[in-house]
Amino acid sequence: MNRYLIPAVIFIGLVAILGVGLNLDPRHVPSPLIGKPLPSFSLASLYEPDRSISETTFLGKPRLLNVWASWCSACVVEHPLLIALAQQKNVEIFGLNYKDEPRKAEAWLKKHNNPYKSIIVDPEGDLGLDLGVYGVPETFVIDKLGIIRYKQVGPLDNQAIEEIILPLLDELS
Amino acid sequence: MIFALTVFAADTPFEFESPAQQAQYQRLLEELRCLVCQNQSLADSHADLAQDLRDEVYSMLGEGKTNDEIREFMVARYGDFVLYKPPIKSSTTLLWFGPFILIFLAGFAVWRAVTRQKKAPQDLTEQEREFVEKLRNETPTSKEDSLQAKLRANDSNRDAPPIKPGNEP
Repeated sequence: MNRYLIPAVIFIGLVAILGVGLNLDPRHVPSPLIGKPLPSFSLASLYEPDRSISETTFLGKPRLLNVWASWCSACVVEHPLLIALAQQKNVEIFGLNYKDEPRKAEAWLKKHNNPYKSIIVDPEGDLGLDLGVYGVPETFVIDKLGIIRYKQVGPLDNQAIEEIILPLLDELS
Repeated sequence: MIFALTVFAADTPFEFESPAQQAQYQRLLEELRCLVCQNQSLADSHADLAQDLRDEVYSMLGEGKTNDEIREFMVARYGDFVLYKPPIKSSTTLLWFGPFILIFLAGFAVWRAVTRQKKAPQDLTEQEREFVEKLRNETPTSKEDSLQAKLRANDSNRDAPPIKPGNEP
């Protein structure tokens, strides 16, 4: 019995470690910006050609910053969730139109509806680069001091909204 | 005289101020991971983001930034995962030293298993040695003698004639 005990323990240990590893998503890269302030920027606002948006625009209220583009198919899938958040839960959402063309962005929003309070126009992806954006869509939770508190990689889903985003927004208010 | 050097990095040709700068650029690209095609470096990947990051590396080199500053820039935005050579810090000690620890443990286990088999006679206790000697003295030296010895021991309990080879029943 003792002869098998040590190999059995090692085996169980290996299974546990590999089991955890298999359930991790290698494409999910954790953001080093959690807990850090938004990078400084100054970009145009879609629909408001005379106005520019900067990191100071985010002060005063917790918000979502949703990175999207008219060329992004997954954005179509998550979009109704954003509409629901804005309309039913009164969540203020800023959009970051990433590497897109303003005309195409406007056409897309006309087709799918617009949940955004304001939309930052980032045609070159400069702000995206400073935010560590590596795919679209991504969503950030920003607190009232302009600090990044959470990053959702990929489209939002009900589970992320119910379990992470809404509780976090509650906490930050 | 200004020497213009061009190098093709997957998509866009860049001009460098010197061969040294070009080599530095190429080395950096090979050290940085493409976050989109995660098994490719910035040197190999055709992803849009890879081109953006190549542009960034190129312009930072043009500004005179060092390799460390460029790496720091990338890590600040994308985390340690963007480096192909992860830094040695508390969270990566298992990654770096794990294999060596496992080799050491395995080697130790093998050594234990091998030395355990080689137990020499002088390892027997006094009692064990006496017992072995006793057995040696009692045991007959041939097979037939040993058979007779067993049967004799058996016969002492009965009156039947001893069985010899030739008159077995």
